[in-house]
Amino acid sequence: MKISGAEIVIKCLHEEKVDYLFGFPGGSVLHIYDALFKQDRIKHILVRHEQAAVHAADAYARSSNRVGVVLVTSGPGVTNTITGLATAYMDSIPLVVLTGQVPTAYIGQDAFQECDTVGITRPCVKHNFLVKDVSDLAVTIKKAFMIATTGRPGPVVVDIPKDVTAQTCVFEYPNTVQMRSYNPVIKGHLGQIRKGAQLLLEAKRPIIYAGGGVILADASEKLTELAHRLGCPVTNTLMGLGGFPATDPQFVGMLGMHGTYEANMAMHHADVVLAIGARFDDRVIGDTAHFCAEPRKIIHIDIDPSSISKRVKVDIPIVGNASDILDEFLKLIESQTGRNPVLQDWWTRIEEWRSRQCLKYKKSDKIMPQYVIEKLYEITKGEAIITSDVGQHQMFSAQYYKFDKPRRWINSGGLGTMGVGLPFAMGACFANPGVTVACITGEGSIQMCIQELSTIKQFDLPIKVICLNNGYLGMVRQWQEMFYASRYSHTYVSSLPDFVKLAEAYGHVGIRVTRPEDVVPALQKALTEHRNDCVFMDFIIDPTANVFPMVAAGKGLTEIIFSEDL
Amino acid sequence: MRHIVSILLENEAGALSRVAGLFSARGYNIETLTVAPTEDASLSRITVVTRGSDDVLEQIVKQLNKLVDVVKVVDLSEAAHIERELMLIKVRAAGKDREEMKRMAEIFRGRIIDVTESTYVIELTGSSAKLDSFIGALDASLILETVRTGVSGIGRGDRILKV
Repeated sequence: MKISGAEIVIKCLHEEKVDYLFGFPGGSVLHIYDALFKQDRIKHILVRHEQAAVHAADAYARSSNRVGVVLVTSGPGVTNTITGLATAYMDSIPLVVLTGQVPTAYIGQDAFQECDTVGITRPCVKHNFLVKDVSDLAVTIKKAFMIATTGRPGPVVVDIPKDVTAQTCVFEYPNTVQMRSYNPVIKGHLGQIRKGAQLLLEAKRPIIYAGGGVILADASEKLTELAHRLGCPVTNTLMGLGGFPATDPQFVGMLGMHGTYEANMAMHHADVVLAIGARFDDRVIGDTAHFCAEPRKIIHIDIDPSSISKRVKVDIPIVGNASDILDEFLKLIESQTGRNPVLQDWWTRIEEWRSRQCLKYKKSDKIMPQYVIEKLYEITKGEAIITSDVGQHQMFSAQYYKFDKPRRWINSGGLGTMGVGLPFAMGACFANPGVTVACITGEGSIQMCIQELSTIKQFDLPIKVICLNNGYLGMVRQWQEMFYASRYSHTYVSSLPDFVKLAEAYGHVGIRVTRPEDVVPALQKALTEHRNDCVFMDFIIDPTANVFPMVAAGKGLTEIIFSEDL
Repeated sequence: MRHIVSILLENEAGALSRVAGLFSARGYNIETLTVAPTEDASLSRITVVTRGSDDVLEQIVKQLNKLVDVVKVVDLSEAAHIERELMLIKVRAAGKDREEMKRMAEIFRGRIIDVTESTYVIELTGSSAKLDSFIGALDASLILETVRTGVSGIGRGDRILKV
């Protein structure tokens, strides 16, 4: 029996067991929306802006290890997704984004709501397709899901002209699909793994440096086991938080620009670094020349060969899936009883660095943002899913909320996209019903996707918005204070809306908190009395609070500025 | 260092722009680029001449391999290979220059493939360096137009780039 392209699209999504579709309708996808109307297995989430659809699908994927799926129309529908695509691409998140296109006969004629989707999305997706024949539709969608989820994951766009969704053909969904040009390596090279294990066992000052790849590969438990067997310190990147329990004594905290003193010092002075699913980026190791001046051996596990030896020359590259490779390491590295005695001196040095208590922050009669995060952590017992926007509040969240489990910390690490927090929280809510989801944001970021408060009302999502309101674009203001002699060029956000009234206007609960003693009661009220409501908490915080420790851009990892240095 | 990178990729719409886009997005340089289908019509072969250190070349090859449409990548200049480029050059050939131009073409083993009363079109094949020297050997004021294909290359002997 022949069915329409639109019905084929929906059937493909059924085959992929898609339960949520984040989207926004328009002319080119009307046939698909009509097919969607005639079924009830997929729930469509109508967002208020296509960017939010991609962010929500992205967080759905991040918080559940499934694929996020999006449906938007041609032209502006597509251009609005670009920020979302680039965000997901930078953080390697599996998405399938279906976009409408003008009918094939109109392509290239500047038709209404036409844009070159394949061209415009190319640099910010793992791959994209334009389907010109209905008989290619099912196999293309299968390929899209396969490419999005295998190897280094990433977003894939499938552009479908309107006439293709009207044409008919017999539906057949392939179980598997082969592409001669696409064969990601999964298993690590055993010889390399053996060399790596040997190096680790002989190390006097080893450290494990684990990034988002551990979370993407669902390898947290194996990483934790390996770290316990080795007895070595572990540091996480911003993307890797939760990949190793933050409350574990072997955890030295996040490293990098706003990493802890002990993590950065240990990373710099280690004799053997085991990097797993991390990419030595500029925010992590600072100046490469400074980092490489210190002799050390580096073992680098990554599924993407191009991440290896990109910024830092690596001694033992191991290409493959982190989970499979850690299995092999565990076979070679025996369990130790108690802390490895060889590492005694190393731990003594680390404890000295740790005793510096680099995350201490100044007292104030105003609300300190760090305090809000600490209290949120205590009240939620560290079990909430935290989404964050981008800026000071993001760094405070990473520093003061201790993530013991993976997929609870959802933020835009690579692209650093302001505005992701609220739509991220939506996606996390759909993927994790019953789990507390808090969006930590600032008054700058939240306004970049604030229209989603309306979507949140429509779907009754009990998101807790923690707005750390300092009246400034805080992170930029901090850099202006430190590096531009306090010339606060366009970082003061005047004429802010009354967020309490705004939340109420959207049908939510709004709470303003101005005094430190009201922080805990407000959080408790939001999480108990208003457990089932979306609550917007506007914390008026000390505007002078800055994020420390800090390694300034372009500086070496050990050139650390502490809060009291200013 | 100058490298000749050969790429086998799916002969699909947009595949070339993925390769070209990668070079511009990551700041790699392209000196010449040629593309045409192979004997297997489902595959195209691109030859790119680029410059970069060994580290940069390693990244270029890795990044190219990451493109989903790319089937195989080889740095031809890593081992013995042959490179050729074709140039068509239109020159003024009148009066006393006419005989001299014919002689120059012969010295460089070029062929005159179009003749008018005052011009020749000379076809010349060889390494890029040879084409450069031919241009250098002519009186610049006599060159009316040049067009070059960019480098094509192939490995010597048993070095074969095939699926």
